[in-house]
Amino acid sequence: MSDILLPLAIGIAFGAALERAGLGNARKLTGQFYLTDLTVFKVMFSAIVTAMLGVFWLSRLGWIDLEAIAMPETYLRPQIAGGLVFGAGFALAGLCPGTSCVAAASGRGDGLAVVAGLFSGVLLAGLSFPLLIDFYDSDARGAWTLPSLLHLPYGFVVFAVVLVALGGFFAAERIEARTLRIGRTSLTASDQPSLTSREAAVGAKPAARQA
Amino acid sequence: MKYSDPYLSGVALGLVLLAAFAFAGRGLGASGAFATTASGSVAAIAPAYAESNPYFGRYLARPGGPWREWLLIEIAGVVIGGFASAALAGRLRRGVERGRGVSIGSRLAIAFSGGAVMGIGAVLARGCTSGQALTGGALLSVGSWGFMLSAFAAGYAVAPALKRAWR
Repeated sequence: MSDILLPLAIGIAFGAALERAGLGNARKLTGQFYLTDLTVFKVMFSAIVTAMLGVFWLSRLGWIDLEAIAMPETYLRPQIAGGLVFGAGFALAGLCPGTSCVAAASGRGDGLAVVAGLFSGVLLAGLSFPLLIDFYDSDARGAWTLPSLLHLPYGFVVFAVVLVALGGFFAAERIEARTLRIGRTSLTASDQPSLTSREAAVGAKPAARQA
Repeated sequence: MKYSDPYLSGVALGLVLLAAFAFAGRGLGASGAFATTASGSVAAIAPAYAESNPYFGRYLARPGGPWREWLLIEIAGVVIGGFASAALAGRLRRGVERGRGVSIGSRLAIAFSGGAVMGIGAVLARGCTSGQALTGGALLSVGSWGFMLSAFAAGYAVAPALKRAWR
């Protein structure tokens, strides 16, 4: 039974966290690519840092076994190529696979369209897999981690990632403050009340247009 | 209702991920749910072909079959959690998120094609923003960090051409 209840409970919490953060809204999410709203970066890196520190300290204290956690295997070139393709699709869709499910669940038609597109894309890639498999399985590096790549202790890399994230948060706040300032002056200058995009940028009220 | 603070919701998301690591021995995911759904669908239409296809075949060979896959049940939870959270916050609303430069029809077409492109990328990369960027990111996997950096690089490269669709 726990093979259903556990993933279901984790999924419910996952979906609620994404929705609370505003990541079920494609307009808010795409602010990341136009530097008007850096919620994606802030949420992702707060989550990565939290889970990374949790795994590090819990395993150090002996409460969890690192070996018991499935470590993604690295296939470097296909993963970088896949990332490039994925990122282009991400900017088009305005949602990623997880957030498209949240957008669809909260009534957004564009979320449902992304869900349908994802299904078709995965289906197409699966059907053409005999052509892709050589590249897919190339450049296999096993369970390769940043500490072994950099020849640095695990704890040192964890600490460095925390520092990079904190620097990133500081930069994100400055970028958002600057964008808001520019937005406000252009608003008074052009006399064009672009309320929807400003509200989306502030995250105060998501501006969905009625279908 | 206003969205939550991004840092607080990020920490909450990180604790969900940590709970998945601790209790399930694995991280979060999303594209895998689409992969197992595609595998199950193909198997329903052409079972012999699906099993011989190396991509679909892998999902079909899992214990419990493609419809009992961990990530599919997790994504069903994501839908429930996203719906419940939006309902509680008064954010359930039928509509299409888009910029002023595009019609609803073209936004839906762009969304569909973006989804299809992401699907192909996620197959090649063995995961998406959840399974690679978040999960592998927290576990410091080199491939996951490579995926994350290249995905955002491509996103920033493509975004200026799509500005009309959003702003």
